[in-house]
Amino acid sequence: MTESQKEENTFPVLGQKAPDFEALTTQGTLRLSDYEGMWLILFSHPADFTPVCTTEFIAFSEIYDELKKRNVELLGLSVDSVSSHIAWIRNCEEKMGVKIPFPIIADLNKEVAKKYGMIHPEQSKTETVRCVFIIDPESKIRAMLYYPLTTGRNMQEILRIIDALQTTDKHKVATPANWKPGEPVVVPPPATIEGAEERLKEGYECKDWYLCKKKLPES
Amino acid sequence: MPCISADGKPTPTGMATLKALQDGALSPEEVAGKTGQPLFRVRSGLRELKNAGFVEQTENKYMLSKTGTAAIQ
Repeated sequence: MTESQKEENTFPVLGQKAPDFEALTTQGTLRLSDYEGMWLILFSHPADFTPVCTTEFIAFSEIYDELKKRNVELLGLSVDSVSSHIAWIRNCEEKMGVKIPFPIIADLNKEVAKKYGMIHPEQSKTETVRCVFIIDPESKIRAMLYYPLTTGRNMQEILRIIDALQTTDKHKVATPANWKPGEPVVVPPPATIEGAEERLKEGYECKDWYLCKKKLPES
Repeated sequence: MPCISADGKPTPTGMATLKALQDGALSPEEVAGKTGQPLFRVRSGLRELKNAGFVEQTENKYMLSKTGTAAIQ
């Protein structure tokens, strides 16, 4: 990457406020602030009318109702025009029988893409890679995924991340590897030697003082 | 969906938003509840309608302007 490309392309950091934007979309002009109070998945794809992207858009549409149940909205992005997005959405409906219910940003000047580090020149100098930014109701970036052009994203993992983040927020716990809703969660480890000695007597399912799990009440 | 068409008139979505305001000022959340539109689209649409002069804003509430009232009659 050249120095000028580094200057242009900023990379967000977990926990920071998501970079603000106002962008033309297939559902009108939208700002990041229009999503305050709800979770947002902002995701980019390389180009309209391409095979992997089409499978992803169908897959995102298939989890849309599940996302809505979790107070999550979807917002797509590529550097194509609104007309191209509209033609592609219509094509998905006509040929694949899938209605795309969420807006797509037409980021022709790459303004949003550069703010979110979506252009990776080693992959493509002009197209956005497959990014996912999970932004919470306070507009903070809570998770980021970057996939190469050749690899379609896994919707179940995206839903799993949303469930994990919302569980962490609600119960102040962490979630272990491969966790799914309903499975035991990780109790935050004690920070003192006294706490470590007490932990094993607290009734949790412990491997040792620093690795204890508990079941959450059914919600 | 956009609330203002290229000719500057309210779209069907814009008209639905204006009609939601005919009984008094509402917050975006209340408009979303009344129209069934997603909140992000209501916020965007109210901004468009305000810029086009169809609604006025007082803090977090929106009300019809004279132009907006005329548009739904």
